[in-house]
Amino acid sequence: MSRIDAKFADLKARGQKAFVAYVMAGDPTYDTSVEIVKGLPAAGVDIIELGLPFTDPMADGTTIQLAGQRALAGHMTLDKTLNIARELRKTDDTTPIVLMGYYNPIYSRGVPKFLEQAAEAGIDGLIIVDLPPEEDEELCLPAQAAGINFIRLATPTTDDKRLPKVLTNTSGFLYYVSVTGITGTAAAQTADVAPEVARIKSHTDLPVIVGFGIRTPEAAEAIASVADGAVVGSAIVEKIGAGESVADVLAFVKSLADGCHRG
Amino acid sequence: MPEDLFNSFMNGPDEKGRFGDFGGRFVSETLMPLILSLEEEYEKAKTDDSFWAEMNDLWTHYVGRPSPLYFAERLTDHLGGAKVYMKRDELNHTGAHKINNVLGQIILARRMGKTRIIAETGAGQHGVATATVCAKFGLKCVVYMGAHDVERQAPNVFRMRLLGAEVVPVTSGRGTLKDAMNDALRDWVTNVRDTFYCIGTVAGPHPYPAMVRDFQAIIGKETREQMHAAEGRLPDTLIAAIGGGSNAMGLFFPFLDDKSVNIIGVEAGGKGVNAKMEHCASLTGGRPGVLHGNRTYLLQDDDGQILEGFSISAGLDYPGIGPEHAWLHDIGRAQYVSITDVEALEAFQLSCALEGIIPALEPSHALAHVMKIAPTLPKDHLLVMNMCGRGDKDIFTVAKHLGFDMKI
Repeated sequence: MSRIDAKFADLKARGQKAFVAYVMAGDPTYDTSVEIVKGLPAAGVDIIELGLPFTDPMADGTTIQLAGQRALAGHMTLDKTLNIARELRKTDDTTPIVLMGYYNPIYSRGVPKFLEQAAEAGIDGLIIVDLPPEEDEELCLPAQAAGINFIRLATPTTDDKRLPKVLTNTSGFLYYVSVTGITGTAAAQTADVAPEVARIKSHTDLPVIVGFGIRTPEAAEAIASVADGAVVGSAIVEKIGAGESVADVLAFVKSLADGCHRG
Repeated sequence: MPEDLFNSFMNGPDEKGRFGDFGGRFVSETLMPLILSLEEEYEKAKTDDSFWAEMNDLWTHYVGRPSPLYFAERLTDHLGGAKVYMKRDELNHTGAHKINNVLGQIILARRMGKTRIIAETGAGQHGVATATVCAKFGLKCVVYMGAHDVERQAPNVFRMRLLGAEVVPVTSGRGTLKDAMNDALRDWVTNVRDTFYCIGTVAGPHPYPAMVRDFQAIIGKETREQMHAAEGRLPDTLIAAIGGGSNAMGLFFPFLDDKSVNIIGVEAGGKGVNAKMEHCASLTGGRPGVLHGNRTYLLQDDDGQILEGFSISAGLDYPGIGPEHAWLHDIGRAQYVSITDVEALEAFQLSCALEGIIPALEPSHALAHVMKIAPTLPKDHLLVMNMCGRGDKDIFTVAKHLGFDMKI
């Protein structure tokens, strides 16, 4: 059983929703980033989304884009991103790590070599924003074969006709993007999200996690009450970008996790 | 060239939007349904006589097509070799080839019931063309333009505003065409329901590279007929400048299966194609990667991070190139070379002095390559360069480089 499947089985047994936290690898520096990531499980994070920095993050808002720029300015690389996963694995063998980013750095490395390195580093899943089902042969299918989950995004524009195509070859969980737009902008409305999650769940047994536009413990709680979990990214990255201490960032993460776990 | 493997070079792309390994649909899920519905709409329009009748009417009466194929006699004498013809797309309404494609996309947008048009622009020519056609049809228009380009192409920014468009300066990255395209994609993903993204070049996710090529192919179709009328035969060499590559693809496409026709694309060599990447020559100095919805040659570092290009010409300042060019390069059907800023400036001045034509900096690159090869070719060699834009927008940049004080 993969770490992601084991995590959801465990959460289900405890009757709890999953709290997923996103941080950008290498933001603001490699060392601080390692410290933050290592502190996430104790702060209540069930699944870590580790951002792979990219110069041209077309699906992200300013917050994540600036985080990527800070990381790249500090000479963050794909190798160092995988090193952060290795660092966490020294002390934690159960918290799933999902690498989230864009295809080019992976394509540039070479897919077989990347998958071998990612699996060895302890990466459990991939969310690659610019690889829709139409491009499954690029990375999705090889990743599944290598034992790494390929987690797909479904969006408000993914209608019932298209949903089965999105769900085919998706594993681990499904990430429902609650708004049409980029990260860190419009707020997700629970009233809009609930029927969408229900619609998706009528097509799949995979856990459905909701992200985009969730910024507070209250919002995390509300969303988690209608889904299998909630993702917070930009709100955390903003604190890191504002130069808050690791302790303060983790305290904020804990408040979000507590909110989500009440949901 | 593996000729036996192809019946034709004009069959691409395949059903996955690929030209060989290049192209594709590398976009987020939110955009995928839009791209599929655009593809469906375009496939319908392609074989719809009423669509092309509307295009032809606008091309004739609004754009001023066909553009002349002009024999540049003094330039030919000066270079002392091949007969140099210029395809005068700088005479189009709005001063460049860009409007050929914009008309097609806006007619499609109207058919799809979209009311808001967004576009990215580098030199501003595509932005001006989009703002123009939106004004004509009463559509809301938002143009994303790198902050650096807003500064170096001020006359075009003012034109777009006069035409009623909102110009959004993009400050992320180095503030050039690549960054403008990122922000246009961000806008599109946010406003999916009412917005049509009018891409200005033969790049982006399928069906854009094929669709933009088909709209620009009017350049090559006319050239073919005009050359036949002038010389009674096909041209021997075609030369066009390439940023994303739409004017070049438009000229080249109708000739791809004519084996006797040499095809040469000219990339922006900036300060020289060197290790410091002070250029925009994706094919000469880049390698395959995935950006802005397609796989193509890109300027990138060892870790797959995209590099900023460098060129005196804002229209060529893009780290990628259309996927069909990447394919034509790999299979060897077209040849791609680079020209430096200095060489382009020299060609710019020569065209002014000998032909009374002030070219844009983009076709000045093509002309600079004409200057290199025409003297080496026989006098009966027929050479066509695509004069794809006029230089009014560039006179401030050129004045600065030539040390001329524009303050009156």
